[in-house]
Amino acid sequence: MPDQVLFAAEVMLNGLMAGVLYSLVALGFVLIFKASGIFNYAQGVMALFAALTLVGIMDGQVPFSHLINAIFGTNIHHFGWHTPALLAIILTVMVMVLFAWLVQKFIFRHLVNQEPIILFMATIGLAYFLEGVGDLMWGSDIKKLDVGIPKGINETIDSLTYNAFGYGFFIDNLDIFATFVAVILVAILVCFSQYTKQGRALRAVADDHQAALSVGISLSYIWILVWSIAGFVALVAGTIWGAKSGVQFSLSLIALKALPVLMLGGFTSIPGAIIGGLIIGVGEKLFEFLVGPWIGGATENWFAYVLALLFLVFRPQGLFGEKIIERV
Amino acid sequence: MSNESEGNFVTTDGRNIGGVMMEMKNITLRFGGVVALENISFNILEGEVRAIIGPNGAGKSSMLNVISGFYIPQEGEVIFQGSPRPSLKPFEVAHQGIARTFQNIALFEGMSVLDNVMTGRLTKMKTGIFSQMIWAGKAEREEIENREAVEKIIDFLEIQAIRKTPVSRLPYGLKKRVELARALAAEPNLLLLDEPMAGMNVEEKQDMSRFILDVNSEFGTTIALIEHDMGVVMDLSDRVVVMDYGRKIGDGTPDEVRNNQEVIDAYLGVSHD
Repeated sequence: MPDQVLFAAEVMLNGLMAGVLYSLVALGFVLIFKASGIFNYAQGVMALFAALTLVGIMDGQVPFSHLINAIFGTNIHHFGWHTPALLAIILTVMVMVLFAWLVQKFIFRHLVNQEPIILFMATIGLAYFLEGVGDLMWGSDIKKLDVGIPKGINETIDSLTYNAFGYGFFIDNLDIFATFVAVILVAILVCFSQYTKQGRALRAVADDHQAALSVGISLSYIWILVWSIAGFVALVAGTIWGAKSGVQFSLSLIALKALPVLMLGGFTSIPGAIIGGLIIGVGEKLFEFLVGPWIGGATENWFAYVLALLFLVFRPQGLFGEKIIERV
Repeated sequence: MSNESEGNFVTTDGRNIGGVMMEMKNITLRFGGVVALENISFNILEGEVRAIIGPNGAGKSSMLNVISGFYIPQEGEVIFQGSPRPSLKPFEVAHQGIARTFQNIALFEGMSVLDNVMTGRLTKMKTGIFSQMIWAGKAEREEIENREAVEKIIDFLEIQAIRKTPVSRLPYGLKKRVELARALAAEPNLLLLDEPMAGMNVEEKQDMSRFILDVNSEFGTTIALIEHDMGVVMDLSDRVVVMDYGRKIGDGTPDEVRNNQEVIDAYLGVSHD
């Protein structure tokens, strides 16, 4: 087999793996949008905040240490202990649930029945607020996140492909792990939404608020639940992304890559978010490989957005979104 | 209002009407400067079909929304099953065994008929979230029990043929029936129907009337309904409240109400001077 084809196949596989991360972020958007009609601009920042909190708890960092030091003239940074990864993850999940409760209690409870644009503006405010809080709480330096996810080249795939084609594929263990996690996460979410009382209630709220109330569903409970789940998804995305390239504030920019993913997949479809993410991941890597050299490279920065633009023109509801039919 | 009509009598068709289930005491509801309900009192007896009628804008739907917790009145008291009810949220009212339908149909359009009716059982589900996810033991039994209850209601309302159809594809009359099925699935003590026959043709109206009477006689469900069509109301209900411009202008059996001069004026129109 010619080297070019093999190389393209490797690029594609790597694209798939990168796409998994886009999918995870997009998934958080879809969950909240479906249940409450809020387009949550803060989803990317939530991923950043969750990762920061996880690292902070693991390293035994003192939250708000800069603030405390500035006010009291002390010089504290760390408690001096290290929290095991699993315990730290559980604590971070609790922080995200608390965050969901606060968001509902102080923001969206007061904005019931407001225009979507107002809700959207509120989430933009929330994004910058949360970014500031993250900075203040844990500091703005780049942190290493090591929760025991395997990293580096997968030797098995390398040797298998070498023996088969005479060319070893470079696939990162971290990417394989991320794929597994994403598959499990989606399976859990599907089970939750299809087979549990809360899942059925969530689908009901997503469909019609008034009817949901009349069958005894508490809207604020469901919204806290869905923001908590979105927080958990953000934690998973933030952890994997953080393990890959360090926990840094540019992490919140991955939210922007989730936008084209959503335009492809549709804002209301969970499978859409997954497949949209994979298409963008593969698409941008392959495009860079095939067309990049002809037009000077750096296509990864804009490919996703151009693709999204094409979808907006020809299929505005996305691949799996509900078709917009206005009855007159 | 005459006192002998309150409680414990047997109707001509042999149904038992019991004590007072719900009592509205001096309810006043305002939206800004607009008075939607003005000092209204009436009661609903166990097992009866109670109708609320009146011209457009009389405040009928507002009254129903007060009972179901969607509106909270500024003044007055709601006494439910003997004790004063604090101002509850609509979902809390549903947990008390009060189910309702809406004038403009509020169904889950994306779900099938079966799923819609199943949501009516949400107040009945008790098992934990994790056992439900893995479909284990108790959760499975509960799901089967709920499915059986739902299937019975689907049979009862004769909508077996459309069980799996997405609600958005159904014609208006059937949607109304599915909404009734969802309300019945909660096995309510009190069923509130907001214009159950609005926009229906004669056949559909006859079907719906039959279902409402059957629900009342077979399940013993207390029903409070709003209806425009005077003929329908007179045939269906045991007692009628008549409203006009947010006030109560009549209360009693259909015959009493029919002969009430104020009611006749409100319906036929009279010059106010």
